[in-house]
Amino acid sequence: MTKPFLSVENLTQTYPDGQGGTLTVFENAGFGVEKGEFVVILGHSGCGKSTIMNILAGLAEPTSGVVKMDGYAVSGPSLDRGVVFQNYSLLPWLSTLKNVTFAVQARFPDWTRAQVTDHARKYLEMVGLSGDVIHRKPSQLSGGMRQRVSIARAFANHPKLLLLDEPFGALDALTRGTIQDELLKIWGGTEQTVFMITHDIDEAILLADRILLMTNGPYARVAESVEITIPRPRTRTGIIEHPNYYAIRNHLVQFLGTRSRELAGRQTDGAPATPETVRIDKTTDAEAADEAPVLRAVNH
Amino acid sequence: MAGLSLNQRAAVLSLLLLAVGLLVWELSIPAQKAATELTEYERLMGLGQERAGVPPPSQVMAKAWEQLSDPFYDAGPNDKGIGIQIGYSIYRVLTGYALAALIAIPLGFLIGMSPVAYKALNPFIQVLRPISPLAWMPLALFIIQDSEASAIFVIFICSIWPMLINTAFGVAGVRQDWVNVARTHELGPLRTAFTVILPAAAPTIVTGMRISIGIAWLVIVAAEMLVGGTGIGYYVWNEWNNLDLTSVIFSILMIGVVGMALDAAFGVLQRAVAYVE
Ligand SMILES: Nc1ncnc2c1ncn2[C@@H]1O[C@H](COP(=O)(O)OP(=O)(O)O)[C@@H](O)[C@H]1O
Ligand SMILES: [Mg+2]
Repeated sequence: MTKPFLSVENLTQTYPDGQGGTLTVFENAGFGVEKGEFVVILGHSGCGKSTIMNILAGLAEPTSGVVKMDGYAVSGPSLDRGVVFQNYSLLPWLSTLKNVTFAVQARFPDWTRAQVTDHARKYLEMVGLSGDVIHRKPSQLSGGMRQRVSIARAFANHPKLLLLDEPFGALDALTRGTIQDELLKIWGGTEQTVFMITHDIDEAILLADRILLMTNGPYARVAESVEITIPRPRTRTGIIEHPNYYAIRNHLVQFLGTRSRELAGRQTDGAPATPETVRIDKTTDAEAADEAPVLRAVNH
Repeated sequence: MAGLSLNQRAAVLSLLLLAVGLLVWELSIPAQKAATELTEYERLMGLGQERAGVPPPSQVMAKAWEQLSDPFYDAGPNDKGIGIQIGYSIYRVLTGYALAALIAIPLGFLIGMSPVAYKALNPFIQVLRPISPLAWMPLALFIIQDSEASAIFVIFICSIWPMLINTAFGVAGVRQDWVNVARTHELGPLRTAFTVILPAAAPTIVTGMRISIGIAWLVIVAAEMLVGGTGIGYYVWNEWNNLDLTSVIFSILMIGVVGMALDAAFGVLQRAVAYVE
């Protein structure tokens, strides 16, 4: 069996719990992401999603376990892994354009100034930012615009893996919708591998090829890998009409509502925990798809 | 008044306050009695002489006009124009200050980046910082054996602390998010320092620089009174010894004006590096 593009193996993270003991956030977590895939990880707040993402980004070291990308173990941050943070993390003293050229320059140090600027402008335009706006400082932009800049900055660098930590968490629903559409549009034109965190089910279904479901902590684990069997290109209104939409959505709601809690706190006794693949496809076997995955997961 | 902006109204009020202040000052100085009106007793006590009293503002303004119309004349060691004296003081302040900045800012960077360096150096800073800069003067004179360099040293030692502490504080307080941006873009330590940490900490650093230049200007006057020779501090002291109170008041005002100009320059710098999060 060939290793996936990104493989996470036996990842364990513990923290001191503040009372002399240790808090195990997750233990022996493992999963893979294929090249070009859009994978979303869904789980309740505090289950360790950001911790996983920081480890993937190389910004944090796991207590044990390895992350391998393209066969090499991840150690430290790299331009190959771009990050879009929840709070945008734009540099407030630079203009919008400079925030992007700053990144492009780091990625392509041999380029001329004009090349760097053109490239940055192109990506800003892709997220709908052009004209005077790009000379404004981030503090003069709305939250949605700032997140657009942050997305442009990440995409402009053509990372092998793009990591997004609840990128739309702080935005109002309307803005979130528009930027999700933009993200889909940009992503559609690239072979970009994306790993994204969210706690919004509809966002996950709209964007993902595959959703990883995480149980609550402590001892959280990636319990299921749910394929999103809705063909692309997708639109917010289009997906609702697809026969698989409600089946998938119900499955996710049910997981987050009850099973994420039931499955919480189970130790793995050192056995590597890989997520169970769940495929719900009403277009082929209408009856079985509805029930089967739920039963399988409970018996697990 | 209604049609004027806030600034214009404030300016009018300022001028009014100035005029009232000067008038009260002028009127509160008793006119010298003419010699013919003196009593026998007054004449015996010598009270009829031109007495060294507080001069009225009109006299100070006349002095200011005289001095400022020829600020750079040089008529021997005890008689130089106000421009030359201030020039000496500014030269000393800027030299000592620049040396202090050259050490304080890199060292502050180091302390801010490294918790170990911070903990190790903190006790020294805490002991050295509250020492009055003038207390160093005897030691400086003894070791350096040169009054000019000693004055510069005193400026150096008093300017270093606010810059050092503010730089360390600003650097230590740079948001981890921005450092993470540098890390995910694989910036080396130097590029990170110059393109992320320095601009992020610049407002705090420049605030420290502004406090330092203010202290340096306060201290130079006292230092020059001690070391003598040249400078605005020496000038004040010299005119006091000459009992020329008009010159004393004029030079006091000049000290204020130069101090204000130095502060304003750093105010401009502060606005230039400011950013809104
Ligand atoms: N530096 C840390 N020290 C101690 N506990 C931490 C630290 N970082 C995260 N945690 C704990 O780890 C758990 C997972 O956090 P996080 O990954 O931020 O969750 P999520 O992103 O899923 O909301 C939480 O319970 C949090 O309190
Ligand atoms: Mg989080």
